[in-house]
Amino acid sequence: MHSLIQAIILGALTGGVYALMASGQTLIFGIMKVINLAQGAFVIFASYLSFSLLQLTGLDPFLSILITTPIMFVIGAGAQWFLLRPLRQDDMVELSLLVTFAMALGLEGLMAIIYKTTYRSIQPGYENHSWTIAGYQVNEVRFYAFLLSLVMLGVLYVLLQKTKFGRSVRATVQNPMSAQLLGVNSKLVSAFGFGLGVATAAAAGAVFGLIVPFNPGSHYDLISRLLTVVVLGGLGSIGGSVIGALIMGVASAIVSALASPIWSDFTFFIVLLLVLLLRPRGLFGARVRGSL
Amino acid sequence: MTRAGLLRAVTFFGALAILPLGIGPVWVVNLLIFTLMYSALATSWNLVGGYAGYPSLGHAAFFGIGAYSVAIIFHHSVGNGYSPFFLLPIIGICAGVLSIPIGWIAMRTRADVFAIVTITLLFIAQTLAFNLRTVTGGAQGKSVAIPPFGVEHFAWPFYYAMLTLLLVAMGISYYFRRSKIGLSLAAVKADEDKAHGVGVRVTMVKIVAFGFSVGIAAMVGGVWAYYSGFIYPQFAVDPLITIGMVLMTFLGGRGTLWGPIIGAFILVPAQQTFAYQFGGSQFYLLAYAAIFLLIMLVLPQGVLPTIMERLRAKSRMQQLASLATNDQEVAR
Repeated sequence: MHSLIQAIILGALTGGVYALMASGQTLIFGIMKVINLAQGAFVIFASYLSFSLLQLTGLDPFLSILITTPIMFVIGAGAQWFLLRPLRQDDMVELSLLVTFAMALGLEGLMAIIYKTTYRSIQPGYENHSWTIAGYQVNEVRFYAFLLSLVMLGVLYVLLQKTKFGRSVRATVQNPMSAQLLGVNSKLVSAFGFGLGVATAAAAGAVFGLIVPFNPGSHYDLISRLLTVVVLGGLGSIGGSVIGALIMGVASAIVSALASPIWSDFTFFIVLLLVLLLRPRGLFGARVRGSL
Repeated sequence: MTRAGLLRAVTFFGALAILPLGIGPVWVVNLLIFTLMYSALATSWNLVGGYAGYPSLGHAAFFGIGAYSVAIIFHHSVGNGYSPFFLLPIIGICAGVLSIPIGWIAMRTRADVFAIVTITLLFIAQTLAFNLRTVTGGAQGKSVAIPPFGVEHFAWPFYYAMLTLLLVAMGISYYFRRSKIGLSLAAVKADEDKAHGVGVRVTMVKIVAFGFSVGIAAMVGGVWAYYSGFIYPQFAVDPLITIGMVLMTFLGGRGTLWGPIIGAFILVPAQQTFAYQFGGSQFYLLAYAAIFLLIMLVLPQGVLPTIMERLRAKSRMQQLASLATNDQEVAR
């Protein structure tokens, strides 16, 4: 029982980190109907950025987010503008999948050239500290990461609901054509939206690097988990992806505590198949296009 | 089959069949084996990714299943050396059957969800290959028994096995185009809802295409494992294999009969030369990604359709020109 509760605590905290990654993913899908297979690679890239900043300047990973977020935003917006925007509209879905997959491979290659393939982790000195509450271990970094995820999700919410940019994003999600007729520059919104989705990878990357050792190939692991989370939550629903992330975090932690860590990866695949079998649009997926 | 098409097929496969007889260097035969392997893989990917417009990113998982089947069954002995080849059809059928539930679930919704399921499948397969140590040998890899073929023509059986698999893949691809299956797949690709509405058995035909496609991939994987003699999880279930077949299909022209083969015959030699010159798989990845993005952005239709289009445009221009000169003469 003790180990089960411990697993649930651990899983929920990890789930918060997944939520942050998945919210970017689902934002991108919501705006452009593009499944970004490179999101995992962007997260790992951001992890390396934070890692380098800590190594070179001693900057705390949580503070480095302030620097990496704009960088990731520019990379994301640039990738959308130069690689996705020129694709032909009629088979956008298929081509964009392959293009983002190619982006992931390219990033992996780039990172492997710069950082080699040895596993790294971000070690600011407090990464193993933890509190003991009623006999349960609560890892400090994971807890802060969880809080950070909540903050970032809050920022994302405000940005989407309360600002002019957010309104144009939501308008584009609901109906790109009408949005354009009403004076929304949907091309620019797409680029900004993609940039925003990739920018969430900055915070996620810093946190991910703190809690898990990573190498350039880690994005494969990440992307299959992220996609499962997003499909479970419902493609395009940010709230859904947060809940999906928490569920998956807890579920895989329980499986890994009770059975073995090997099968925790498998949990994701089984859940993915079950969701598609029983409720293909996910927990909170909209029947019509749109809904954020 | 048109006479020109038959002639093309007979010439192509005939030339390939007698090719090793005249070739001395081992490395050329080796290169040809890999070219044929990717031709067969790309042709099989084309059945789903090209004809039906469902981009599978998980074919490497089935390739790996085939590879591990051969490695596990023939770990200790291969008898006279030919029994793995005879087992291939069974491996192919098993992989095809295994794909039915996955395909059925994955293709119930849309192409993007299908891609999600298949790419997840790929990484699950790789994780399992790493972690089920008792079966797969884990990261240490798994060896296949060495066949008692003569040193001089050691590679020949593998060459002809790959050639046979390519022939099978092309046969299926050709049959698809000529039959109701191909029409149904084209309808699915164009507009699935409408196709469903007019009575096309959408689900059925997608599952059939996926099953044949991954069955071939698994058989190719089996021959590859046998030829390699030793397999590791990261090479047997490799995203690069998936991206390779997709890339070659796109380069040659997806949805065409000969496109995937053209793509493979361009890219595999280029890839081998590149690997020989630079080594190191990291540059490899980067180059792959760059070529891929370039093709997507510049030549999304592929080489074959672009050339055909050019030729057609040219002959149309010539017709117009001759018509114009005729008119001028008449006017005079």
